Amino acid sequence: MANTPTPRVRLPAQAKSGELIEIKTLISHEMESGQRKDAAGKIIPRKIINKFVASFNGKVVFEAEWNPAISANPYQSFFYKAVESGEFTFTWKDDDGSDYVAKNKLTVA
Amino acid sequence: MKLKAVAKTRREALALAGIAGLAALIAPRISLADEQVVAAEIKKLYGDKKIESGRIKLDVPEIAENGLVVPVTVDVESPMTEQDYVKAVHIFADGNPLPGIVSYKFTPACGKASASTRMRLAQTQNIVCIAEMSNGNLHMAKASVKVTIGGCGG
Repeated sequence: MANTPTPRVRLPAQAKSGELIEIKTLISHEMESGQRKDAAGKIIPRKIINKFVASFNGKVVFEAEWNPAISANPYQSFFYKAVESGEFTFTWKDDDGSDYVAKNKLTVA
Repeated sequence: MKLKAVAKTRREALALAGIAGLAALIAPRISLADEQVVAAEIKKLYGDKKIESGRIKLDVPEIAENGLVVPVTVDVESPMTEQDYVKAVHIFADGNPLPGIVSYKFTPACGKASASTRMRLAQTQNIVCIAEMSNGNLHMAKASVKVTIGGCGG
């Protein structure tokens, strides 16, 4: 369970100019809410991914700020209007300061 | 062994949530107070600005069998051009220990102001969604979700 979170991203590799594409992302993470107690009655400290950022060719296109109410292994989908070829960078920011990054290329025909 | 431990705590979490649900039935004032918490959160963001209804499609299940994973989709009607787009969307829940669920920032590059995720709900409650347009107008939508705990799906 405590392995390094693995991001998974699904989006078309190619799109027509002006086409609306859906981007689906998933990352394995416990999203410990800070509300649960362990067997000894002590509160398990919060450790969640608090932010997800999607950028295209270095420009931020979509951002999500997650609260502890987001389920474990958080899923996020959103849309992007394809205009030019380039590369997506998806960044997940953890409470402990680490960043998890995934990159995907998009070719616009 | 580890898996077993997780299942145990999960069961405990469900039991706790069950107690919380029961408490809400007995004392409806508690959920009313939480509604005020959501209102206070919105006030913190936008002050006393007028909030209109409409333009938001908030898609949540009427009945959620498992409060740990409840799908939520928000879709805001907008041309998403540089002049007129949806700037931000905030989603709150009035029956959770913390009111905030998620805040989105959209840009015209999105082409469509729509996003889906999965959330945790502690009990049956209302989901409140606020959308901020690029011209500053605010829109709101509400939906209620019945959370059945320990039901057939639990």
